[in-house]
Amino acid sequence: MLTPGNEAELADIILGARGPLCIQGGGTRGLGVGGAVLSTAGLSGIELYEPGALTLVVKSGTPLTEVDKLLAAENQRLAFEPMDHRGLLGADGEPTIGGVIAANVSGPRRIQAGAARDHLLGVRFVDGSGQAVKNGGRVMKNVTGYDLVKLMCGAHGTLGVLTDVSLKVLPEPECSGTLVWHGLGWTAALKVFCEALKSPYDVTGAGRLPPVSGTKSKTVIRVEGFEDSVKDRLKALRKLFADLRPDEQMIEAERNTQVWRSLRDAKPFHGTAGDVWRTSVKPTDMVKVTGQGEFEHVVDWGGGLIWSLVPEGVDFRQKLAEVPGHATLVRANAETRARLGVFQPQPGPLAALSEKLRRGFDPRGILNPGLMG
Amino acid sequence: MEMPSPNPAILARKSALAARLLAVLPSDAVIQDAAETRAYECDALTAYRCPPLLAVLPRSTQEVSDVLRICHEEGVPVVPRGAGTSLAGGALPTADCVILGVARMNEVLETDYENRVIRVQTGRTNLSVSGAVEEEDFFYAPDPSSQLACAIAGNIAMNSGGAHCLKYGVTTNNLLGVTMVMMDGSVVEIGGAHLDAGGLDLLGIICGSEGQLGVVTEATLRILRKPEGARPVLIGYDSNEVAGACVSDIIKAGVLPVAIEFMDRPCIQACEAFAKAGYPMCEALLIIEVEGSEAEIEHQLGLITEIARAHNPVELREAGDADEAARIWLGRKSAFGAMGQINDYMCLDGTIPVTSLPFVLRRIGEMSKEFGLDVANVFHAGDGNMHPLILFDANRPGDLETCEAFGAEILKLCVEAGGCLTGEHGVGVEKRDLMLHQYDAADLEAQLKVKDVFDPKWLLNPAKVFPLSVTASRRGVVLAAE
Repeated sequence: MLTPGNEAELADIILGARGPLCIQGGGTRGLGVGGAVLSTAGLSGIELYEPGALTLVVKSGTPLTEVDKLLAAENQRLAFEPMDHRGLLGADGEPTIGGVIAANVSGPRRIQAGAARDHLLGVRFVDGSGQAVKNGGRVMKNVTGYDLVKLMCGAHGTLGVLTDVSLKVLPEPECSGTLVWHGLGWTAALKVFCEALKSPYDVTGAGRLPPVSGTKSKTVIRVEGFEDSVKDRLKALRKLFADLRPDEQMIEAERNTQVWRSLRDAKPFHGTAGDVWRTSVKPTDMVKVTGQGEFEHVVDWGGGLIWSLVPEGVDFRQKLAEVPGHATLVRANAETRARLGVFQPQPGPLAALSEKLRRGFDPRGILNPGLMG
Repeated sequence: MEMPSPNPAILARKSALAARLLAVLPSDAVIQDAAETRAYECDALTAYRCPPLLAVLPRSTQEVSDVLRICHEEGVPVVPRGAGTSLAGGALPTADCVILGVARMNEVLETDYENRVIRVQTGRTNLSVSGAVEEEDFFYAPDPSSQLACAIAGNIAMNSGGAHCLKYGVTTNNLLGVTMVMMDGSVVEIGGAHLDAGGLDLLGIICGSEGQLGVVTEATLRILRKPEGARPVLIGYDSNEVAGACVSDIIKAGVLPVAIEFMDRPCIQACEAFAKAGYPMCEALLIIEVEGSEAEIEHQLGLITEIARAHNPVELREAGDADEAARIWLGRKSAFGAMGQINDYMCLDGTIPVTSLPFVLRRIGEMSKEFGLDVANVFHAGDGNMHPLILFDANRPGDLETCEAFGAEILKLCVEAGGCLTGEHGVGVEKRDLMLHQYDAADLEAQLKVKDVFDPKWLLNPAKVFPLSVTASRRGVVLAAE
């Protein structure tokens, strides 16, 4: 394993590489690409944290738990609520902030607060030629030149290896509250999502957990903020759903954390057999994906994100047929991943642009080769 | 301002080019008369002007595609133009370019409240996007101060922000999909009504690329339900440091206002003389707005005023009703007009870490004395986006040059303080030559590679964003091929 301790060492390793490199943060997602493992473990540490400016600059290999702990001490957090893949993939290791950013990992709050890419203010990275590059900075508004920050977020390391990321952080709200409906079907759940998200009550989560061992499905809506405000808005939402009454209201911190973590991490699929697909669609198209009742699904983002548990080797993308969006194969064996591809192939012109960008930043094609296309 | 010299071979082919464009566009969509092309000689950065060779005003994606295909074949540079409100010269023509204006493409194509998105043609103005969804109490969040006039096309090109971006983000955070015409005339669809487009974040790189990667003709935008209400509070302090500390404490306390506006004494004086909003005369004025339900507004304002009082304000004024709220905003909203009344001014928009505010304001004050020009400061304090307004007299020889030199020093100061050259206006031509103060050659090379991919012949808005010396060899490829 290659473990550079700073940017210069990383640049030397990439420059001197004679073959593919598999870039690894905490190794919790098991990328399944070949090559020498290049770990960011040696690039760890907090560089700057200004709670009053809502900004954090941190080295890419820093464990996420360290970031969370630092922010929690100031009652702040990463608002995009990154998921923890370990349970779903049966992996161990410590998720790193660099891994989260490279994969644009975002949780239930994505519908209100945005994705990881929306909170990323700046990056430093070393590209496939061993050249160190910076882009963006540590201020919230910055339109100076092209936004390579966005391009790097979600590039899964194929354009460069991140060394530093700067992030916008947000206050941790005083309180969370959740309304729960038991046993709603897909159409009713979608109606709940749409009505809640069309309301002025600033909903920060909208999802559905499938029935588990005897319990009914749970459709959940979340609001966050100061306690009085949360209670007011839960009341207003209950009024809004006079015809489709919620069965339960939760404001206890622990129960809220539990249910939203389950949704965030697709917990009902932990330890199950079968492949797991993650599909992104227009929220009202959710019923086209879940409708046939053929598979089990966990739904997030008000219907816009669908986790599906599918028998091994089945090409779930074929089921989507004409539904606009895309499906990622998150959990499967190596043979299935190789056969179906982890990421949905893009239409020709976009695939060509992406390929040229990758070739521009990584002319030798050594950074996580083949992962994205 | 140095611009590339026009290519004589292109100038000589004007009528042949016009004829080709007229073959694919209606006759009223091709503007070639010198008196009429003059209307496109500049944008809102009026200090620099140059009439284009031709201007075209297509009405559809197909027509945009035809125009770009022809210009690509002819090797003619194209400068895309939204509403021409750029303060950075983003739409400044060269004499050998075709201006491609999208103003006639202003339809709403689809409004979808269930999925909270709207699809529009990009010539539509920012405010009229909100206008189209107002009946259902929805709005489009990014709110640049030119929102009455500016077009979505320009908002996407410049990744425009506004006063409310602390809570709602800027254009890139509210853009879900685009139809974009590439320089060779091919049309690509990226993203849609789903939340994340697949593959590399091409939307992210297109937004803010200042019309250099393609011409976006249609956009899917996120719309949001309006909050139940909003209310501002006005707080005056006798020093910038204390006002800065107050802002920092409010944010640390977990309150996230939708807007925190900051004005310094020269700005307060000018606004007061112009709008008579009843502002207190002090060193620093904050206008902080919160939103939500009545109870929520009360609660947040309670926390804010408690923190503000701890810093001993010279004035603290809560809005009791809508009228009082409007009066609090009145002076701030007329700040630019007020400045225009008393002087010519140059408006900068560098961003700094909010913690550097007192230092940067002090330095600007010192530099004001050195350059002999007054500065008024008004800015979005929550996100550190400054708007120093340098006052000068355009009729006094040398004043504009002094003003530009002073402006450049302020922007360098922003970078030194850990910030950037531009927070929302874009680089355009105005800040092009300062780019090497923020980025080194390798940083810029990485950006140029992106343009190489989207526009290999470097024909789209080629003289913007990057110092001409840095892009010369790339732009030269085209010239050499002529």
